Amino acid sequence: MKKLVILGAGTGGTIMANKMRKVLERDEWDITIIDQFKTHYYQPGFLFIPFGVYTKNDVIKPKSDFIPIGVNFIQSAIDKVDAKNNKVILQDGEVLNYDYLIISTGVKIVPEETPGLKGELWHKNVFDFYTVEGATALGEFFKTWQGGELVLNIADNPIKCPVAPLEFVMFADAFFIERGIRDKVNITFVTPLEGAFTKPRASKVLGGMLKEKNINVVPDFYLESVDNEKKVIRSYDEKEVPFDCLITIPVHMGDSMIERSGLGDDMNFVLTDKYYLNSTKFDNIFVIGDSANLPTSKAGSVVHFAAEVVYENLLCAIEGRPFTAKFDGHSNCYIETGHGKGALIDFNYDTEPLPGSFPFPGIGPFGLLKETRMNHYGKLMFRWMYWHILLKGKEMPIPSEMYMAGKEA
Amino acid sequence: MAQKEYAGKMIELDDNGYFTNSDEWSKEIAAEMAKENGEELSDKHFEVLEFIRNKIKEGSSLTIRSIGKSGITDIKGFYKLFPGAPLKKATLYAGVSKPSSCV
Repeated sequence: MKKLVILGAGTGGTIMANKMRKVLERDEWDITIIDQFKTHYYQPGFLFIPFGVYTKNDVIKPKSDFIPIGVNFIQSAIDKVDAKNNKVILQDGEVLNYDYLIISTGVKIVPEETPGLKGELWHKNVFDFYTVEGATALGEFFKTWQGGELVLNIADNPIKCPVAPLEFVMFADAFFIERGIRDKVNITFVTPLEGAFTKPRASKVLGGMLKEKNINVVPDFYLESVDNEKKVIRSYDEKEVPFDCLITIPVHMGDSMIERSGLGDDMNFVLTDKYYLNSTKFDNIFVIGDSANLPTSKAGSVVHFAAEVVYENLLCAIEGRPFTAKFDGHSNCYIETGHGKGALIDFNYDTEPLPGSFPFPGIGPFGLLKETRMNHYGKLMFRWMYWHILLKGKEMPIPSEMYMAGKEA
Repeated sequence: MAQKEYAGKMIELDDNGYFTNSDEWSKEIAAEMAKENGEELSDKHFEVLEFIRNKIKEGSSLTIRSIGKSGITDIKGFYKLFPGAPLKKATLYAGVSKPSSCV
């Protein structure tokens, strides 16, 4: 029996388990997926929890619901990969051999990297919304908050879903208007970047939206520490921003298992070929999703597009053919802008987000880089598609490679 | 695309003023670029620039945090060496393209 082992049963790992089980013969291939946790989180839903739109139960399901019959699911932490000998070592010392390995261990927030961030105000006045615990605690806090300085800070890049912080502040603007206390809430967006977003044209449009919504932007702010006593965040060049409620996007890092395995960079992201999506060190290791060090967004849409490429190239490798699929870094993000509206961006390694319509040129129904009601419905619909189509590795109605039709270059 | 003369050599620059071909770089050019901003580069500066050039050559991602872990200087020190927006400035003087770690 040949063996395919998948590390991590999040979005990428689950999609690959479903796709590969369909194509690899059961009497020839054993497929095993390993994850330390039982629960699958619908992470795009975390954004909605602080504002009472979703509760915890809307965003969780058992991982085992999405793992197909014929795939072994081992619930265990992973000690490391011994890539030279094609072995995975689990926390309790159990050893699994593999012919091919897919790494999809994702990325997590590491608030401990910033002095004072996980201090006495943690989950009292300082919240993250990248974990279900943080998002839920913030939802409780907002229920009775009477207003003050609301500061959102991005500690460092890369982060998961680079548009989520922008969505958060726009959502907050709408939320406090509806609550009737927007005049008592001063919203400030503090970023290490030079503007609202990473890509120039989108940064301009999104920056304009923030201005319209009366949200202050503090650019070029690189977080050094959080002062719990004075309630300020401080940058390395000693700028200070005071807060009453701090929403933090902490430093993100790949799993420490990557470091122990010697497969990553200094942020524990796996060194990955940006076109073929295999490890640059070992030909029989493929990488999907947030755990890769690719110069594109860490987001579910990227995972979905990358899955097509990993699928095809893994089959090429198994059959001894040269790789035929090439990843273009395609990313596609709905951006909630509040009041039942949303924007949409679509881009890849080489093309920045442009205005236009999507997926059908000139028709839409979604508008690129502009606020429409339809875009918001797209985002809400997506939760259903995520659980029922995407995770199960079924065909989605959007091709994996980006195209220029419908975009205004 | 633009061209500019540094240390007696014509250099191709992109729209943001960054090198399009990092092989054209030399220490003298970096020193002249810094001088334009009224800055003097010390040995410590050059150590950082060499570190950045090596990182980019390896194809690794470059962040302020990775420079803080380089052993050459910590992040505070990096800010003191290249005040304002240190990564932007240091990559400019190092003759590599503008950092794309932010996506």
